[in-house]
Amino acid sequence: MNMQTAAAPAGLSTQDLVRRFGGLKATDGVSLDVAPGELHALIGPNGAGKTTLINLLSGELRPDGGSVRLGAADVSRATVQERVAQGMLRSYQVTSVFDSYTVLDNACLAALRKRRRRLSAWTGLRDCADVVDAAKEALRACRLEDVAEAQVDSLAYGQRRQLEIAMALAGEPSVLLLDEPMAGMSAAESAGVIALLQSLKGRYTIVLVEHDMNAVFALADRISVLVYGKIIATGSADQIRNHPDVRRAYLGDDADA
Amino acid sequence: MQEHNNRRWVLPLLFLVLAGVPFVAQWLGEPFYVTLGARILIYALAALALNLVLGFAGLVSFGHAMFLGLGCYAVGILSYHGFGNGWLQLAVCIAVCALVALIVGTVCLRTSGIGFIMITLAFAQMFYFLAVSLREYGGDDGLNIYEASSFGLFDLGGSQPVYWAAWGLLLASSLAMLRLRRSPFGMILRATHANPRRVDALGYSVFGVRLTAYVASGVLTGVAGLLLANLTAFASPSYMSWPVSGELIVMVVIGGLGSVLGPIFGAVAYLVLEEAFKSMTQHWMLLMGPTVVIIAMVAKGGYSNSLSWLRRPPPAAPTVQPPTAEGQKDRRAPDALAKEASA
Repeated sequence: MNMQTAAAPAGLSTQDLVRRFGGLKATDGVSLDVAPGELHALIGPNGAGKTTLINLLSGELRPDGGSVRLGAADVSRATVQERVAQGMLRSYQVTSVFDSYTVLDNACLAALRKRRRRLSAWTGLRDCADVVDAAKEALRACRLEDVAEAQVDSLAYGQRRQLEIAMALAGEPSVLLLDEPMAGMSAAESAGVIALLQSLKGRYTIVLVEHDMNAVFALADRISVLVYGKIIATGSADQIRNHPDVRRAYLGDDADA
Repeated sequence: MQEHNNRRWVLPLLFLVLAGVPFVAQWLGEPFYVTLGARILIYALAALALNLVLGFAGLVSFGHAMFLGLGCYAVGILSYHGFGNGWLQLAVCIAVCALVALIVGTVCLRTSGIGFIMITLAFAQMFYFLAVSLREYGGDDGLNIYEASSFGLFDLGGSQPVYWAAWGLLLASSLAMLRLRRSPFGMILRATHANPRRVDALGYSVFGVRLTAYVASGVLTGVAGLLLANLTAFASPSYMSWPVSGELIVMVVIGGLGSVLGPIFGAVAYLVLEEAFKSMTQHWMLLMGPTVVIIAMVAKGGYSNSLSWLRRPPPAAPTVQPPTAEGQKDRRAPDALAKEASA
């Protein structure tokens, strides 16, 4: 697959990241180091602060302390727009696409950002050939090219989830933040997304939040386990599987993962 | 969203009919119809402009009469001081409306929902009372305009020239709006209505897009005000009173939010009905109120939807649905699942 649209993957790291909601420390001194091209999974029980951490990385939330670095740049205070401009793109846990538009229009709007500094009010969106090409490329990668002209609210759930990823891809990211891309999918649909992520591995730096343990263990280069806002362990799939704290805190004693 | 491909005939037909109005009026010997027609076209232009923020961006601006009034006073005040040049008046009108829209928009767009409605209303009322306090320019009584805007080759003295100017501007604006709707800017603007968070996550400035639309909308409404001042030869605070803002919203809503031509039909329907009821009784509002309510209830989505039964739906888009996928079933047919469960 020729992804001439992809930017070079960039590293992503955080240092002592803190975010409080009232008295609750949703993110409590998180230091994370994701190498360029690495697929780094974040796991943890419900309420562990995974989505909060993604929101801190993407810029939707501002940290109360600590820093976020994208490549060599400190982006702790950068807005979402500035981070997107530097190649950090995300998908949402709850599908968040434009329902009244076609699949291709959704992808075009995502692809447009990198390719046009100004938004034309005169030229049709579909008349921007390079944008449409980039959008189609992302749809192809996510196997959505057959439904490109369908309106999004007519899509099946799994396809909407795939579009969620395609939109992040169409923005030509160097870092992808994927918040539970397989949430609510059937086994067959999940398998499709796992294959997709496998094909993206290495070409993007990916931070993957996911509950599907099979997917995580199959895909991740490294895994970090988040419990009550703290990272209690980071390591390879095997290390995490056999980590005593992780087994106790998350997988449960009877888990035979 | 292909409806405009299926309704290509609507725009040419509409403007052809509108172009016939002055001739029919002349034939009937009723020049009043040209004045009424011009007024309708001017309000249609303002409604079209309002639709940019109300219909496309989903922002309920309850203060657009402010721009209408600013356009009127741009003509009134300049003409009072002897500046009858229409180009100068137009430039001042655009500059003032753009500046006011920039400032007001910057404040209002920090809020949303009810907050946005209230703050736009508050700003409009501020300008209303500012106009009332301008004793030099007639204050409460308004300001007579003795000299129509002169554009060199033509001037806007009388109903006919105003009618044709409004007709041309409305046509140009409608065509531009049709293009804008499908353009990157228009698509993003409409997307900010449905899902601002995602627009933000894609790296666009929701605030910037909304503000741009608000300023453009304000300027176009101001130009409508410039025409209105020439039609009535009068600039009055009443043009920026809040009921006028409300009327503009009603026109857009009964015409159909978000469609380009809907507001034009809304303005025509509203003002023609108003005129008809006024000729029947002085208590015309008693008839107008229920009529608007009925239109709003019967034609939900306005003109655009009431016409939709006329055209066949486009062929269903091909959706690939792997038969094994359980997740789809769950999402698509909760009722069916419930039935299954209870059976």
